[in-house]
Amino acid sequence: MTSTEAVEPTAGVGTEDEAGAAGADVGARADAEVPPAPDLSGWSCPAPLRGRERIVLGHGGGGALSAELMEHVFAPAYGGRALSTLADSAALEVDGARLAFSTDSFVVRPLFFPGGSIGDLAVNGTVNDLAMSGARPAYLSCGFILEEGVELDVVARVAEAVGAAARTAGVEIATGDTKVVEAGRGDGVYLNTAGIGVIPHGVDIRPRRAAPGDVVIVSGAIGVHGVAVLSRREGLEFEAAVESDCAALGSLVADMLAVTRDLHVLRDPTRGGVAAALNEIATAASVGVVLQERAIPVPEQVASACSMLGLDPMYVANEGKLLAFVPRTEADAVLAAMRAHPLGAEAAVIGECVTDHPGMVVARTGLGGTRVVDLPLGEQLPRIC
Amino acid sequence: MCLAVPGKVLRIEERDGTRMASVDFGGVVKEVCLEYVPDLRVGEYTIVHVGFALQRLDEESARQTLELFENLGLLEEEFGDPWQAAEDAQRADDAQQEVRL
Amino acid sequence: MKYIEEFQDPLLAERLLEDIHATVTRPWALMEVCGGQTHSIIRHGIDQLLPEEVELIHGPGCPVCVTPLELIDKALEIASRPEVIFCSFGDMLRVPGTGRDLFQVRSEGGDVRVVYSPLDALTLARENPDREVVFFGIGFETTAPPNAMAVHQAARLGLRNFSLLVSHVRVPPAIEAIMRSPDCRVRAFLAAGHVCSVMGTEEYPALAERHEVPIVVTGFEPLDILEGVRRAVRQLEAGRHTVENAYPRAVVAQGNPAARAMLDEVFSTTDRGWRGIGVIPDSGWRLAPRYREYDAEHRFSVEGITTREPAACRSGEVLQGLLKPHECEAFGTTCTPRTPLGATMVSSEGACAAYYLYRRLGGTTDAPLEASIR
Repeated sequence: MTSTEAVEPTAGVGTEDEAGAAGADVGARADAEVPPAPDLSGWSCPAPLRGRERIVLGHGGGGALSAELMEHVFAPAYGGRALSTLADSAALEVDGARLAFSTDSFVVRPLFFPGGSIGDLAVNGTVNDLAMSGARPAYLSCGFILEEGVELDVVARVAEAVGAAARTAGVEIATGDTKVVEAGRGDGVYLNTAGIGVIPHGVDIRPRRAAPGDVVIVSGAIGVHGVAVLSRREGLEFEAAVESDCAALGSLVADMLAVTRDLHVLRDPTRGGVAAALNEIATAASVGVVLQERAIPVPEQVASACSMLGLDPMYVANEGKLLAFVPRTEADAVLAAMRAHPLGAEAAVIGECVTDHPGMVVARTGLGGTRVVDLPLGEQLPRIC
Repeated sequence: MCLAVPGKVLRIEERDGTRMASVDFGGVVKEVCLEYVPDLRVGEYTIVHVGFALQRLDEESARQTLELFENLGLLEEEFGDPWQAAEDAQRADDAQQEVRL
Repeated sequence: MKYIEEFQDPLLAERLLEDIHATVTRPWALMEVCGGQTHSIIRHGIDQLLPEEVELIHGPGCPVCVTPLELIDKALEIASRPEVIFCSFGDMLRVPGTGRDLFQVRSEGGDVRVVYSPLDALTLARENPDREVVFFGIGFETTAPPNAMAVHQAARLGLRNFSLLVSHVRVPPAIEAIMRSPDCRVRAFLAAGHVCSVMGTEEYPALAERHEVPIVVTGFEPLDILEGVRRAVRQLEAGRHTVENAYPRAVVAQGNPAARAMLDEVFSTTDRGWRGIGVIPDSGWRLAPRYREYDAEHRFSVEGITTREPAACRSGEVLQGLLKPHECEAFGTTCTPRTPLGATMVSSEGACAAYYLYRRLGGTTDAPLEASIR
């Protein structure tokens, strides 16, 4: 993973506003004319603060703030390879073998949500990060950070979920760790997993390989996980027959690679959703992406929940979906292979890669208009406006 | 300013002396306060903003609006005068509203 | 009838667009008042489908953006107190006051919570009798009745630990202010449909008459917006200026009597500062004297906090259509979507941000959308 993660009441889904310096420090326009009526020329919208001295939730939202934290704090401190880990996992050469290596931390509230738990997320999240480099996930570590006072039963249920998810994904929990923090200094259970997997010969999947002409495929309906978790968030609760799509994608990727080794990019659109993932790829590869909005599978409940809260499904988190950039010549075969797999039954071509507007993602709307799908700033907030 | 969405009333109940309803927004159900549209009935649609029903949605008006849109192009082809058609439809709208008042 | 997809139909949109194209003969500047309409316009790319003669100017209908700096500072002060649970709609959290925002207050230990409805804040007050629960009551006429209800219920239930930090604003005085501004280019208004669901349309005929400007009550789905534009253009081309209701399924002339009665009960009108604009007479609501004990400003003695608005960018001129975004000296240099100086660059639907994004797409600055997208 490339950045920190925070999933708290309002984090993890997301839309429209861009970031910026506070409007407060803009110099006065000495030459501005002041009309006698209310001064509309001074009309301005407050800009979100950027120059922060403390961590805010948005730093974990997977958007621009996360990227800045990575760029300004971690990369300079670590040096070397860290800056290049724009991909979900790092590819390492060890004695001739190519290994994928990834780590991820999980701070989900609530711990159990419709369709899964923090345990499922911790395993599948890291398995998927490995799979997105084409690796066959093999071994995981799992660290528990427990808060003093949390019920043993809760810990046991989380551990069982970890074990079950690992068995389903075909990986082994090879090592682990447990720490306890004082009551009030944690959120019940935090998990960290790290994983390694083996990248098959001839496979080179990373964001920079996206190329004009590539077809963009999504493996199924988007926004499901984010809406399932939101439906249980304090202050926002609603009833919806939506369960998290949390799943391990290793076997789906294996089936795709069985058709062609020439997959260019794979990405699981977690925090920041499809919008953030596509923007990162477009930026890394200096290509444009054009989406056909009507082709993007959005379940009715996801669309409804998003319109109720003022969110955009493209910015809502997924935990069991992938985006694939595939050469046009391979697209039909890859799509067929995906649809033959239970986790890709609703796979669809949603767009293509172009030479125009490098670094930008654009969507053709249902009415035939166009909108720019920008990188979210931080976490997504329910709107009233 | 006002993100308000249409929903269908599923159940109505008094809670702590307040008229509340379960409202279905396309498969998503949320509790909504009916104090401002107290005569809403189960099965009717309402426009909801921050957990409050603010107005009953009028199906007849909605149908008329859509019919007007549909007739725009057709009338233009047949009669070449979309304004007149719209004018007539507007008068129909107004008449209908007067009835509702 | 589900009242959503029916009003997004691309074929009917085409009919409306054809009608608008056939009707328009010269340039007209229309202002959509409501931020929700702006959002829909950008979200569906509607502005690119209209004839180039029709210019949409995005109005001041975003309650988050117009909430004055002074009130944000009061919110930050109250939210920082240890006994307070500060509740807000989500979009207020990122709005900066002087030097910090509610996110920062939270990172410094403040108990700031996002709620969906003011009644959720009321519930928190009942569940936490030892804490002070404050709700940040922002919004236009649509949001004011729900907030009024929360105060009314608190009084009814005897909840002494609930209070409202009020910053309500009203649309008609803003329209008046816009029309009184010198060089105003707005020739017609798309009035905010949901505001009218509550208030009805009675305040608008006088405005339309006084300023000779068509006012079309408009909904939020793509077909609603197109119909609003179509009717406004028809009026303009015919030299008329009346109030029309293009959103009859949700708006009746007298609005919602129960909601209006509650507004009269709980609030009284007041002069209100609009961020970046200044004070507009009679443009806001505050709690009526008999509900004063539920006024957070009074309860937490923050009435004394006064903040001078900083000078800002030229977005006001852009909003009035007096200045094209790229003609501003800050455009694309010190002012970009990542470092915006003002409203129009902040959100993706802002005029400057749209210009900026489409310039990056390769369009020309004079016709950014036509050139690059069509």
